[in-house]
Amino acid sequence: MMSGFATGAMQVMQVARAEESTPDFYIHELAPVNFFGTTVHITTTHVCTLIVFITIIIIAIAGRNSVLKHKDKPTKFSAGVEIAISTLLNFVKGSMGKAGKNYINYIGALFTFVFFSNISGLFGLRPPTADYGTTLCIGLVSFCMIQYAAIRYMKLNYLKGMFEPVFLFFPINVISELAIPVSLSLRLFGNVLAGTVMMALYYGMLPIFAKIGVPSALHAYFDLFSGAIQAYVFSMLTMTFIADKRASAE
Amino acid sequence: MDQITNQGLISACSAIGAGLAVIAGIGPGVGQGIAAGYGASAVGRNPGAKGDIMSTMLLGQAVAETTGLYGLVVALLLMFVKPFKGV
Repeated sequence: MMSGFATGAMQVMQVARAEESTPDFYIHELAPVNFFGTTVHITTTHVCTLIVFITIIIIAIAGRNSVLKHKDKPTKFSAGVEIAISTLLNFVKGSMGKAGKNYINYIGALFTFVFFSNISGLFGLRPPTADYGTTLCIGLVSFCMIQYAAIRYMKLNYLKGMFEPVFLFFPINVISELAIPVSLSLRLFGNVLAGTVMMALYYGMLPIFAKIGVPSALHAYFDLFSGAIQAYVFSMLTMTFIADKRASAE
Repeated sequence: MDQITNQGLISACSAIGAGLAVIAGIGPGVGQGIAAGYGASAVGRNPGAKGDIMSTMLLGQAVAETTGLYGLVVALLLMFVKPFKGV
């Protein structure tokens, strides 16, 4: 009796394995599009990025309308939007000081996009930030922001600072600047991809009865917690680098 | 018994290399643990500054995590992108 049950369970597990033995965390190609002579491949990353953009835009417009409409007597939603905005203001001003008000737009957009991308795994999408193309682009934009801030605050001293303490240090200084976007983007990419791979392995390789209840805890950790931390760290590091350039100018 | 083919040898060595690459996770584990320990003792000494300590600790831990993630990325490349398949 017992052995019959055991073999039955084994057979069920083997059938389940045979059905879903390939964990699926790859970027899928949806359609090739001819774009001025070159073929551009539309992938899941593009579609998920578009969905994230549209979600953010809808939430932003709804929040703006709600705040303007309920100025005197805030509802739950408009009060939440105001709390979020004032938290963002304090966050940016707390780590960048007075110069923060020039960078609030950029840091806010960065944080919102990275956060919504990271948690989109909760809604069954493949997170756009689990594609190195996305994170490298965000990292390069941040790099341009940092270099712009450096040139703006330090002017020619920035070029002079590259040759300090001795002129032999020039290549090392250049490499330490160029390492910023690489480390920023790889950190985000590695974290989100690790979460995506773990979830795909869990869903793809275990029998059906292990998928009840337990994945919610894994989603809470890999998507919500890890995603929020990484969005925070990305925007915080960008602000720290900009504030660092500003501080060394004074 | 079948002979080991070149492609099979490359796959096996890639898997071993991926396993070796994620040993990089030891360093960030130790580093994050040290950061968390000092964070806990700082909160014990000054409970009022819990928010600042928390954010500083998380930032430091995330930076310390980067080297481990390099190892993870190398392991994933070896396992799934298979850069040596055509060699």
